[in-house]
Amino acid sequence: MTVNVNGRHYAERVPPRLLLSDFLRHHLRLTGTHVGCEHGVCGACTVLLDGAAVRSCLLLAVQTDGAQITTVEGLAGDGERLHPVQEAFREMHGLQCGFCTAGFLLSAVELLRDQPHPDDATIRRELAGNLCRCTGYQNIVRAVRRAADLIDRR
Amino acid sequence: MKPPAFEYVRAGTTEEAVAELARAGEDARLLAGGQSLMPILNMRLAMPRRLIDLNRVGELAYIREREDGVAIGAMTRQRAVEKSTLVARRVPLLADAIPWVGHFQIRNRGTIGGSLAHADPAAELPAVAVCLDARVTVRGPDGSRTLTSEQLYRSYFTTTLASTEILTEVWFPAAPARTGHAWLEFARRHGDYALVGVAAAVTLRDGSIAEARLALTGVGDRPTRARDAERRLVGRRGSDAVLEDAAETVRQTIQPASDIHGTAEYRRRLASTLTVRALRLAIERAHQAPSGTP
Repeated sequence: MTVNVNGRHYAERVPPRLLLSDFLRHHLRLTGTHVGCEHGVCGACTVLLDGAAVRSCLLLAVQTDGAQITTVEGLAGDGERLHPVQEAFREMHGLQCGFCTAGFLLSAVELLRDQPHPDDATIRRELAGNLCRCTGYQNIVRAVRRAADLIDRR
Repeated sequence: MKPPAFEYVRAGTTEEAVAELARAGEDARLLAGGQSLMPILNMRLAMPRRLIDLNRVGELAYIREREDGVAIGAMTRQRAVEKSTLVARRVPLLADAIPWVGHFQIRNRGTIGGSLAHADPAAELPAVAVCLDARVTVRGPDGSRTLTSEQLYRSYFTTTLASTEILTEVWFPAAPARTGHAWLEFARRHGDYALVGVAAAVTLRDGSIAEARLALTGVGDRPTRARDAERRLVGRRGSDAVLEDAAETVRQTIQPASDIHGTAEYRRRLASTLTVRALRLAIERAHQAPSGTP
């Protein structure tokens, strides 16, 4: 299979049963994508597949042949500067242990692309598919609100 | 948790998928959006010998206006249905229910045909289809056939399709004039499977209920149409007493099972409460609905 991950081209031979999450972590060594529940509930493994947030634990790597994938490693691009969503999570303390963070960031990227200025109720509803066991979510909601402002400013 | 080993076949057309399925028979599973099948494989609740991937069958992804209704290809992503203005306009019940399916990341992958064919009695889309008398088209080695959504469901996670058949399309009738719809469900956490869900569609004529449709999830082995309750509504005005009478009929006629999420009695009470609320909302919307075809 060939796949474009974070702008880099990869050609790999993989067994059909290999999950995309394991392909990213073990074959490409992109360990920023975390694996939690492996049945689509926790959201830790969320990546962007052709721009849409999906669970990488519910996809076979072979299914992404020819696709474009963005993981948390690709959010900031090549530069030193963080992506506005990352910047906002850092600023508003939207993370503690960091296990769920990559999933939240990528879900928030799609949310803010579809709805650039979501209200709190929308943020809470749309991020319900990502679980965090440290923050109590308050700062995550603040971070997404802040990210909306930062995206406006850039 | 990793899926067991299997052979993987990527179909490019419906014809190819049908041929592959005929060749592989009972040991094969069709892979649509994978949002139910992949967890099942990861947990090794199923070990198919072969997976036939439908995700490159582009001809099965479409939303089209047809015969006074909307035809949706089986491989259309739930997210595309959610964002479709055609669906919102012509099949408002479907538009109302679909945001309740999983989370948006799940709907980005999950397909309408996958959800219908998975036949989970707790799932939203089968109940919406049953409520509206949607028709499904299936294709097998001997050609296509069409059946009503009620004919599709046999029992828990079991359809009446042959092991060589593929669900290719679902057709929803357009909402008639003066009709209001509502989807309501109760789950412990948003995105979880609901304990009970209720789909309601009510058509008004001269202030009275001309037609009522009710379908429920979580109260039996398949999506359940509440015809006895529907009959009690027709010809009457939507007063609280009338709605409560219908809800009581629902409570008495359903046969939910008890499980770790709730007792049968609790589900009966939920079904009754949600029925009143769904009917009330549907009637409210019917009053605001256009009197001509939308």
